[in-house]
Amino acid sequence: MTPVKLYPPKPEKVYFFGTCLIDLFYPEAGLDGIRLLEREGIEVLFPEDQTCCGQPAYTSGYQHEARAVAAAQLDLFPEPWPIVVPSGSCGGMMRTHYPQLFAGTGEEAQASEVAGRVFELTEFLVHVCHLRLDDRGAPEKVAMHTSCSARREMGLAETGPALLAQLGEVELVEQARPAECCGFGGTFAVRHPEVSAAMVEDKTQAIEAAGAERFVTSDCGCLMNIGGRFAHQQKAVTGEHIASYLWRRSS
Amino acid sequence: MSARETILKRLRERADGPLTAPESDFAVVTGRDWSAEERLARFERLITSVHGEVVHVTRDDWTRALAKLLSDRGVNRLALGREHPVAAEARAALVDTEVELVDVDRDIETWQREQFDRVDAGLTSVGGAIAETGSLWLWPTPDEPRRLSLVPPVHIAVLEADAIEDTFFDVIESRGWAGGMPTNALLISGPSKTADIEQTLAYGVHGPRELIVLVRHAGAAAGDAGGTA
Amino acid sequence: MSVPTPGVQTYTPREFHRQAHDALGNPQIRANFRSAMDGLMAKRRDVFGDWDLEALRELGANIRLRALAKLPDLLEQLETNCQANGIRVHWAEDGEQACRIIRELCEAREAKAVIKGKSMVTEEMHLNAHLEAAGIEALESDLGEYLVQLNEQTPSHIIMPAIHLNTDEIAGIMHDKTGIERTRDVDTMTAAARSQLRERFMSADVGISGVNFAVAETGTLCLVENEGNGRMTTTVPPVHIAVTGIEKVVEQLRDVPPLYALLSRSATGQHVTTYFNMISAPRQSDEHDGPEEVHLVLVDNGRSNIYQDDELLDTLRCIRCGACMNHCPVYTRVGGHTYGTTYPGPIGSILMPHLMGLEETKDLPTASSLCGACGEVCPVKIPIPDLLVRLRQESVGEGRGNVPGAGAKRTRKEAAAWKGFQWLATHPAAWRGGTAVAGKLRALAPSRLGVWTDHRSAPKPAGTTLHALVKRHRAGKDADQDTGNTTGNTKGDNGS
Repeated sequence: MTPVKLYPPKPEKVYFFGTCLIDLFYPEAGLDGIRLLEREGIEVLFPEDQTCCGQPAYTSGYQHEARAVAAAQLDLFPEPWPIVVPSGSCGGMMRTHYPQLFAGTGEEAQASEVAGRVFELTEFLVHVCHLRLDDRGAPEKVAMHTSCSARREMGLAETGPALLAQLGEVELVEQARPAECCGFGGTFAVRHPEVSAAMVEDKTQAIEAAGAERFVTSDCGCLMNIGGRFAHQQKAVTGEHIASYLWRRSS
Repeated sequence: MSARETILKRLRERADGPLTAPESDFAVVTGRDWSAEERLARFERLITSVHGEVVHVTRDDWTRALAKLLSDRGVNRLALGREHPVAAEARAALVDTEVELVDVDRDIETWQREQFDRVDAGLTSVGGAIAETGSLWLWPTPDEPRRLSLVPPVHIAVLEADAIEDTFFDVIESRGWAGGMPTNALLISGPSKTADIEQTLAYGVHGPRELIVLVRHAGAAAGDAGGTA
Repeated sequence: MSVPTPGVQTYTPREFHRQAHDALGNPQIRANFRSAMDGLMAKRRDVFGDWDLEALRELGANIRLRALAKLPDLLEQLETNCQANGIRVHWAEDGEQACRIIRELCEAREAKAVIKGKSMVTEEMHLNAHLEAAGIEALESDLGEYLVQLNEQTPSHIIMPAIHLNTDEIAGIMHDKTGIERTRDVDTMTAAARSQLRERFMSADVGISGVNFAVAETGTLCLVENEGNGRMTTTVPPVHIAVTGIEKVVEQLRDVPPLYALLSRSATGQHVTTYFNMISAPRQSDEHDGPEEVHLVLVDNGRSNIYQDDELLDTLRCIRCGACMNHCPVYTRVGGHTYGTTYPGPIGSILMPHLMGLEETKDLPTASSLCGACGEVCPVKIPIPDLLVRLRQESVGEGRGNVPGAGAKRTRKEAAAWKGFQWLATHPAAWRGGTAVAGKLRALAPSRLGVWTDHRSAPKPAGTTLHALVKRHRAGKDADQDTGNTTGNTKGDNGS
């Protein structure tokens, strides 16, 4: 568990680290995150040379490769602005594991300094921007799936639901076992596909049983997994990244 | 090199170097500061929640309550000590009743089968109790041996109401247990139980099916804590 | 190693995938574990309600760390104090040595029958099979262990060995193996086991138990249980042999209450177990019961190797509560037998590679989504997810090489793939080209990505990348006006 973080006042600028999954599969979610920040009067810097935080290699045990990839990101944030990441998983990697990954290397101090500036998007919107939302969407029942990394590694079980609670027409329903993993786990879904499938099946059943018409999540891995399961079964329940959902309903 | 020497050498010559031992702060397991009433109420609530039974009695009339309890339950043969005041008083009070008193100050080899098959209940004193968890603590003695609280299907324990302390940690500290442990020390919290068959609780799997605690209060009447003497 | 009995299903970590497949396809197993784990999680949550759980976990971790920091000294102190109390202490480098010591102790008493209290370390060394090969019958007395033994299985959980069986199945076992009338009544079955086992306690020549905490300061062995079989095992037979891993020692008696509070609450959601049995000496000359001989067997079996490494050391803090498996979404789905190891679930996946080597266990460290639930509930704050990652590193040969079988999982193909990933992710221009190209080729994305698409629609690259969207956004043109439905992935179509 991350210790209680002291939040800075709202800055003039932030860096945005889009993550590779968003870059490749859900770019609109990244852009919607940027728009939400810009609407709060923050200038968003998007370092063009960003690629991936290195987590896929890291959790697969390829730490040398992970460290090389992570090292390539460290120089992208030279000014002392906060680094906003629209993913608990990548955010957790950068905040928690970068210092471990570079411990005892020449980049240790830089990695810790960067890690200290990393915020997950919903965390930043709630605790730094003190975001206020005006709901313009139609009434809807929505379930939130907070990713395990956001919940446990970054201690952010509450920020997503807190933002959704501001949407007056949205009824937030809670699925059974909300804290249980959806079964994505990065390469876990590939290495142990049957176990992963059993987990995501239970997750989709729980979301459906809660009466949700839609689920939102702050992590694209979970979105791909849960949404892919719903789509495979041709269910009506759809998924969306929370950044897009908030932007769409409030703009 | 012996296994002992090999293991210790490997531990001493640790590859990543010696470790630093942290200091410990035990505040979380002590300092409850409960009043006597709170202690008693908590003890009773906890031990009854795990199927223990509590009967409030006074020091003057407790043997009458014991006799009634034995007769209500159809206890014909009661095993008990001889020297401890609890045992001595019980013996004196029960000598003229139907209940047969079974001596336990005999080497177990001479009466093992009898203890397993033909004792209906065991009576013991206890050292005290723990409010936080609803536990009794016992130090078995030659007068009240280890198995007296284990083998008979009913265990009747006599607890002084003022011998309840807040936590297990408090008992160990206040009584200086580290200065000298008995051959066997026990915490007992309810009757024997299992949930090994599909999480269904069943009592009396190996040890006693029933644990009855006679809480002895000073004075002529039972204490105010809901006594039923 | 025990020889598999014909007709008895055996499990091995090498077959994790096949065993997981079988378990996932068995609705009874799925239902049994789901309901049991749901119940245990709820009970644990309730029982810590009025505690400062974080402070207690911090203290628990700190006590275990202190014990490990002083481990060699504490083991010697434990030995000295036990021997002063009349408990004889034996040391074993591995399971085989421990088995031999125990067998010889039994033979010295001409023992024919041994009764056992629950002990995972004796499971670890396959003691029962060893004793039986020497003509000594070893009978488990914990009800769950008894049922599992009757059913010729191994435990599927370290605290609740028979958790994989439901009442009907147990009714069948009790009827078939012990001859009682078939009943689903739990009290009746429990009473039957009670009378069957009481005979065996009386006739046993030796009782063998585990140890939960061994207190160096006083030479005291602490045993935690609910049933009373542990007290029977350690009190009724003339000889008691306690077996423990060397890491179970604690420094002081005052270290015990916090660990006991954490253990009972984390394991089964109980404020306290029925019995806490503290044994410091065999029967004295003036006593009338208790074992004449008490032995303590200290077993290393790989632990001193784990001890060498600063990070892996945390594994040895474990107090064997099983909370990590109760909260593990993988364990809940596949059950304990699937792991094919003495300790299943998250703790097994970080411990068994040290005991069996990574060649045998290479699928275990990956059998986790790294969701973190195990680390979150661990009463002594073992960073289990970090240790899983460390073992993944060791298994592909990128760790420190401190685990037996390090590198066993490395394949040239996978290593090359990660090198390729590294190259791409450290060459931003190529990355942008690559992701953009992937986006353009979305129509060509395979409709089947093997196993993923058996259960989910295939993810397809979006028609553009965030890099490209940001560029257009900066140019004042909003992406949704500009790219139309090509960014539809975020508009609720589930990425299909």
